[in-house]
Amino acid sequence: MKSIAADKQNLDALMARLGTAARRASRRLAFMEVCGTHTTSAFRCGLQSVLPENVRLISGPGCPVCVTSQADIDELIGLASKQAVVLCTYGDMLRVPGRSGSLEKIRSQGGRIEVVYSSLDAVALAQREPAHQVVFAAVGFETTAPSTAAAVYQARESGVKNFSVLASHKRIIPAMRALLADRENFKVDGFLCPGHVSVVIGSNAYLPIVRDYSVSCVIGGFEPTLLLSALTCLCELAVENKAALVNQYPQAVTPEGNRHAQSLLMGAFEPADARWRGMGAIPESGYNLRTEFAKYDARIRFGLITPEEREPKGCLCGQVISGKVEPPTCSLFGRACTPVNPIGPCMVSSEGTCAAWFKYKGRLSPYSETPLQETAV
Amino acid sequence: MCLAVPAQLVEKHGQCGVVDLHGNRLPINTVMTPDALPGDWLLIHAGFSIEQLDPQQATETWSLIHDLRDADVQSAQLEPPSRPAADGSKQ
Amino acid sequence: MSIKETLSVPLGSTSGPRLSRVVLAHGGGGQLTDALLREAVLPRLGNPMLNELLDAGFAADGQYAITIDGYVVQPLFFPGGDIGRLAISGTVNDLAVCGCRPVGIAMALILAEGLERRTLDRVMESVSITAKEADVSVITGDTKVVGRGHADGMYLTTAGIGIRRQGTRLNAGDIASGDVLLINGPIGEHGLAVMLAREMPEVDSVLQSDAAPLNGLIDTLLNAVPSVLFMRDATRSGLAGVAADLAAKTQRQIILDEEHIPVRTEALHAAEMLGLDPLDIANEGKVVVVVRKGDVHAALKAMRSHPLGRDACEIGRVGEARDGLCVLNTAIGGRRIVQKPYGEQLPRIC
Repeated sequence: MKSIAADKQNLDALMARLGTAARRASRRLAFMEVCGTHTTSAFRCGLQSVLPENVRLISGPGCPVCVTSQADIDELIGLASKQAVVLCTYGDMLRVPGRSGSLEKIRSQGGRIEVVYSSLDAVALAQREPAHQVVFAAVGFETTAPSTAAAVYQARESGVKNFSVLASHKRIIPAMRALLADRENFKVDGFLCPGHVSVVIGSNAYLPIVRDYSVSCVIGGFEPTLLLSALTCLCELAVENKAALVNQYPQAVTPEGNRHAQSLLMGAFEPADARWRGMGAIPESGYNLRTEFAKYDARIRFGLITPEEREPKGCLCGQVISGKVEPPTCSLFGRACTPVNPIGPCMVSSEGTCAAWFKYKGRLSPYSETPLQETAV
Repeated sequence: MCLAVPAQLVEKHGQCGVVDLHGNRLPINTVMTPDALPGDWLLIHAGFSIEQLDPQQATETWSLIHDLRDADVQSAQLEPPSRPAADGSKQ
Repeated sequence: MSIKETLSVPLGSTSGPRLSRVVLAHGGGGQLTDALLREAVLPRLGNPMLNELLDAGFAADGQYAITIDGYVVQPLFFPGGDIGRLAISGTVNDLAVCGCRPVGIAMALILAEGLERRTLDRVMESVSITAKEADVSVITGDTKVVGRGHADGMYLTTAGIGIRRQGTRLNAGDIASGDVLLINGPIGEHGLAVMLAREMPEVDSVLQSDAAPLNGLIDTLLNAVPSVLFMRDATRSGLAGVAADLAAKTQRQIILDEEHIPVRTEALHAAEMLGLDPLDIANEGKVVVVVRKGDVHAALKAMRSHPLGRDACEIGRVGEARDGLCVLNTAIGGRRIVQKPYGEQLPRIC
């Protein structure tokens, strides 16, 4: 009964082809995915464990929730702690840690936190409860940002006065550039690009990356065979020393993207600098509401001053995210930083690199059958 | 990023639509797919349809494209990269 | 520092500073619930029986078992069931999986001021119907009323007494490599049906809770295969919770086969929409059974002869390794760890 499982023949053919490409490489190949859903899908199907020995798929900064900075969480917590404020959030945000707690913790202390599935649910809540200020915690990449824009438009059209948005949407391409800019240390043989972000922004958006950095970008879907197919393509390109953009999700991704979603998004938002947990400030990597929507901007409505950001001491997420180190190298891993008490994004996401390693309890590696060798660090 | 699932549009009234996800009927907003009509396959994310899907590809099991670099391939220059600029981009 | 030293913290346990307040996830039956018990309950109340944290506690040299459960589900009525059906099924099942025949239920009602009498009548009717299905009676009870707004309308607590069946040899300690895991049907439906009813009532789903008393099914099974080694109902924290707990308890590797785990299409897609893993989702009519390989055929035949076991199947086995991990062999021939969930199932968007 259960199966989004591979068609066996296709699967075998793919694995053979991947194996051939990997052997031809005769060196280690490392590819990076920058999509939280790719991280989850890869983990769920045990992708790491079937890859050829010299192929690695690194989890990059692809979870927009997990890279939400401590300062942004503290802002949300601050709002949620105010009386007569209802904070609406996607479920993903509940456990992300701020300086002194999470939204989950605030809820236990009496803060009014409502988990919503759609941004429009938050607008509807505002209409039902005019006595409360309803704030929507707007997180997500370009896949989700248009739906926040739609909510703002709807609030304006319905004349809702008690609704506002605390926006910390992120843009993936500036983050890819920030990684690639560290030419000395950042070396990947290609990117597995996020299928659903690409639905909105279009495959052409990656061309400048391919051209400027000679690195391949393959847009992949989320089912196991699609992941394997994208990785096979990346391997073959690397082996042939080619840099190319390949769209392996053509059923949903077009070169131009979804124009309707884009105009919705750009009508309400403009690019702005943003801070990423584990990576610091990246120019133009976020969105702010445009001035004509100022009254829906929670930062303006509540006069918020974004607290100063400090990366937690000892946290190596930045290096884990960029593939430089593996979790056991971080002194916080398994001690101060655990899935129940996560510090950086790699542990916040339940399938982030550190959370995934943690599950293996140090006895196995996600990559291989054999137990970890004891090595001095 | 992002969790999105394919579903078939079964009803539409203005921007409001209802999709069927294998026995789960869900109301969604279709503002990003204004041309969608009942019967069309849509990609659903966080209560919105974010794209219309090619119906054949939406319903068929994925079958291996023999040339994995089929259509939609846009190759960059094939020469090896030249000396990088300060920001890491190619000259 | 070697990797081994770095990882000498008991991983998989909930290390880290204690939360100073109770959070909803503490009630999820997952890792956080375990932590709460270890930190608040066992240090003060611990005794050899309680420390086992079984679904039922045994007394009188193991001849009698007692179990108790609180029911706080919202909404009170959901597709396929209601709080009353849950209250009887859950408690009966806790006794049945310990190899006991339920002989009586005690039920406490906590009602909120303002609860409609009609609602109470409906719930009591459901309790009655389910008790008849389970061939058990509510033999005593208690009723309290609290102020308007408390108790979300109604809370139920049921305690059950059971008598151990003759001839059962349930003992997780006897589990050995090569033993086989079975389940009586598809997973994930109760949790999804309740979550949709509560969080997304606008979704019109065919999903129904599977809440049902399993003592009849288990009787049929034990009559055919008295040497069943272990049973556990896969309630909060789902199949993942049962399998991970079993691995931890026996310190053996438990291997699940993704392709053999039954999940209905509508459940799979609803879970996918919400970003949930069916393995983590609660069931209220599913039991995981461990038998010796030689007993698999007879066990499945017996289960499939019962209405609640028509889709019974093998889902995994006990491996050779003694690492206490639960491993899922995935459909693509890969492998990943299955852990007991944290405790709160939240819809995701990414």
